[in-house]
Amino acid sequence: MAHASDHYYVPHGSYWPIIASVGLTIGVVGAASAFNGSSTGYAVLAVGLAIIFYMMFGWFGTVIRESLKGEYNEQVDRSFRQGMMWFIFSEVMFFAAFFGALFYARMLSVPWLLGEDSGAATHEFLWSSFNEAWPTNGPAGVGGEFQTVGAWGIPALNTLLLLSSGVTITLSHWALKANDRAKTVLWLVATVLLGAVFLGFQAYEYIHAYHELNLTLESGIYGSTFFMLTGFHGFHVTLGTIMLIVITIRAAKGHFTPDNHFAFEGVAWYWHFVDVVWLGLFIFVYVL
Amino acid sequence: MRWITTTNHKDIGSLYLLLALLMFFIGGAMAMVIRAELFQPGMQLVDPQFFNSMTTVHALVMIFGAVMPAFTGLANWLIPMMIGAPDMALPRLNNFSFWILPFAFTLLISTFFMDGGAPAGGWTLYPPLVLQTGAAFPFVIFAIHLMGISSIMGSINVVVTILNMRAPGMTLMKMPLFAWTWLITAYLLIATMPVLAGAVTMLLTDKFAGTSFFSAAGGGDPVMFQHIFWFFGHPEVYILILPAFGIVSAIVPTFARKPLFGYSSMVYATASIAFLSFIVWAHHMFTVGMPVVGELFFMYATMMIAVPTGVKVFNWVSTMWKGSMTFETPMLFAIGFIFMFTIGGFSGLMLAIAPADFQYHDTYFVVAHFHYVLVTGAVYSIMAATYYWLPKWTGNMYDERLGKLHFWISTISVNVLFFPQHFLGLAGMPRRIPDYSVQFADWNMISSIGGFVFGLSQLMFAYVVFKTIRGGEKASDQVWEGAQGLEWTLPSPAPYHSFTDAPVVK
Ligand code: HEM
Ligand SMILES: [Cu+2]
Repeated sequence: MAHASDHYYVPHGSYWPIIASVGLTIGVVGAASAFNGSSTGYAVLAVGLAIIFYMMFGWFGTVIRESLKGEYNEQVDRSFRQGMMWFIFSEVMFFAAFFGALFYARMLSVPWLLGEDSGAATHEFLWSSFNEAWPTNGPAGVGGEFQTVGAWGIPALNTLLLLSSGVTITLSHWALKANDRAKTVLWLVATVLLGAVFLGFQAYEYIHAYHELNLTLESGIYGSTFFMLTGFHGFHVTLGTIMLIVITIRAAKGHFTPDNHFAFEGVAWYWHFVDVVWLGLFIFVYVL
Repeated sequence: MRWITTTNHKDIGSLYLLLALLMFFIGGAMAMVIRAELFQPGMQLVDPQFFNSMTTVHALVMIFGAVMPAFTGLANWLIPMMIGAPDMALPRLNNFSFWILPFAFTLLISTFFMDGGAPAGGWTLYPPLVLQTGAAFPFVIFAIHLMGISSIMGSINVVVTILNMRAPGMTLMKMPLFAWTWLITAYLLIATMPVLAGAVTMLLTDKFAGTSFFSAAGGGDPVMFQHIFWFFGHPEVYILILPAFGIVSAIVPTFARKPLFGYSSMVYATASIAFLSFIVWAHHMFTVGMPVVGELFFMYATMMIAVPTGVKVFNWVSTMWKGSMTFETPMLFAIGFIFMFTIGGFSGLMLAIAPADFQYHDTYFVVAHFHYVLVTGAVYSIMAATYYWLPKWTGNMYDERLGKLHFWISTISVNVLFFPQHFLGLAGMPRRIPDYSVQFADWNMISSIGGFVFGLSQLMFAYVVFKTIRGGEKASDQVWEGAQGLEWTLPSPAPYHSFTDAPVVK
């Protein structure tokens, strides 16, 4: 609790939020038109994204400057931390929706299509020739024959990579707390590299899946859950890596002190979250 | 420019409330079209596709555009004042949360002018029907994404404000119930809006990227959408009512001049409602062909929600018991809330009985149920709150005579509007249809008349509010003799920054 004598801190007004709203809106209008087959859609989307990037530089830049000037007190720092934690919780719930879809399909709807429980009549009268349990692309064989990606090749390697990156970022955090800038940056760079290699492997695996296994986003429910889960995860790793690069630069510039480095911790939490989601993916998408 | 860049919780609160009022009238106009078409059997005014767009967009606008922003506006205005904070914890994020909304609703409304018209598959967006939406489809999905982003950020702000910005001595169990109910509402929002985002994203990829989440041919299942949607949807209905519980818990003690009966049981009841709301979703799906264990589980779990809800109603009634009551407009709305929300609670219990729901499902009985809980529940609480806190916000007293008149006309007409819909539903009239067989004609006409009167009487509400903003008899700082809480220690109108130094709470 702030002392009664401490003045509260309220930031001054800012144009960044409205710029963000405009950017988002232009972006989604572009994306929606592109989905509807308009040829200008992608250009509009690109404009929206450009505005969003510009906004992020500007908004975060402002916050960083204010923070470096020492305008924020302890309470503001706590607000940022708690805000970040709740944001990560919302991300967890976003993934929960897709994991839910995976479990529902594997454990309920596919067995029903195969005639279990209340699905007996459906199976008998609609899809009597369907006999393929998980992995499946459904009674109509949507997307054609496909093979799955084995768990113990690249995915296992990727698991190792991400787990080690969890270690390296912790080492970096310890170094930061010990006020050892060189080591902080070094371990951060290692983390970024591990993330980048992970993404490279993931990209390679996608290409392999599309070209050699005929496993695509359109491979029925298996392809849908596989690519949406790993795809959204990969997207989050990409974001996480960008965030890591930013804090690496900031750490090198000496922005963080042993007891004031919210941005570092926020990114570290985010990275751990991405890590944990991957463990879930590895177990439920690849191994089981 | 002040309004665009503002980081002030009062400015942002006012913006939210004004947007909510505007959307309330836009959504209301759509309701008038619906009731006009249903005034008589036969096709009268609009074609069926447009009629279905009306019901779909009416619901989306009212839920996401009117009730939720109104509650967020109230949270913005009140929570910092109630807990002794200067402002919200993350003021710029707060501004962003608001300013997404006008864009999101412009997108939503603009779909009326697109090829194939606005979405017409119902606000629940069930596939495969919703996948037949024309050019509007991706726009609706993205509009929902934007609304979701806005609510998640708004909720993060509320949670962090309450957990981090309380004045010294303001322990959690001393907080006004409005702060408590909003804390739990915000938690529900952070937990479920991302799930809705996931569900609509799957719709989008099913339509445009060839995924098979909701297509049995590819091994998916359209019913899966309903599960994911209602996992969001049922907590959502509590998102629409928990802040209302907080408002009523503030108003009833003031005008009964007694402290709230059973404060801590109110807190626990709110928490248990929130918990239970996550495990009852399939009561919206009793008729889709779930396994019997599923039907039973969701039936009993749903009925259990009536227990904490009953605790609340009991506590409000006990608060009034032997109080020295007066009946100013906020109190009238609060008492109206207690009566009519309870009617909606009871019809909910009837719907919760799985075998009975086979009869009621997708009939006007359900429409009557959710309008009792949402209009005479959520919307009434918002009006009660407006009358109650308006003098604090503006420094001016509203016109009590007009306020009371507004209450009585609304309450009579809203019952004429929705009560007959119970009968229609029990007699078998399906919901979401523009035409009906002649045996339903009488009650539909009566219901429509109630609807027009109710709709028009809300213009009075807008008139009273704007008149009070412009001027009127000066309000004292205390405003209401029996009012308790930090917000009443501030001058009326409340200063731009509520508490620049933390007040001390004993
Ligand atoms: C005692 C508490 C409640 C119970 C037991 C209950 C039960 C139910 C049930 C079983 C249904 C599904 C009916 C059907 O489609 O056949 C339903 C629908 C609905 N309820 Fe409730 N309810 C309760 C309170 C509420 C509250 C507080 C709200 C909102 C403030 C609410 C809003 C709705 C809405 C919007 C629908 C219809 C959704 C749709 O299909 O479009 N209910 N309720
Ligand atoms: Cu429900």
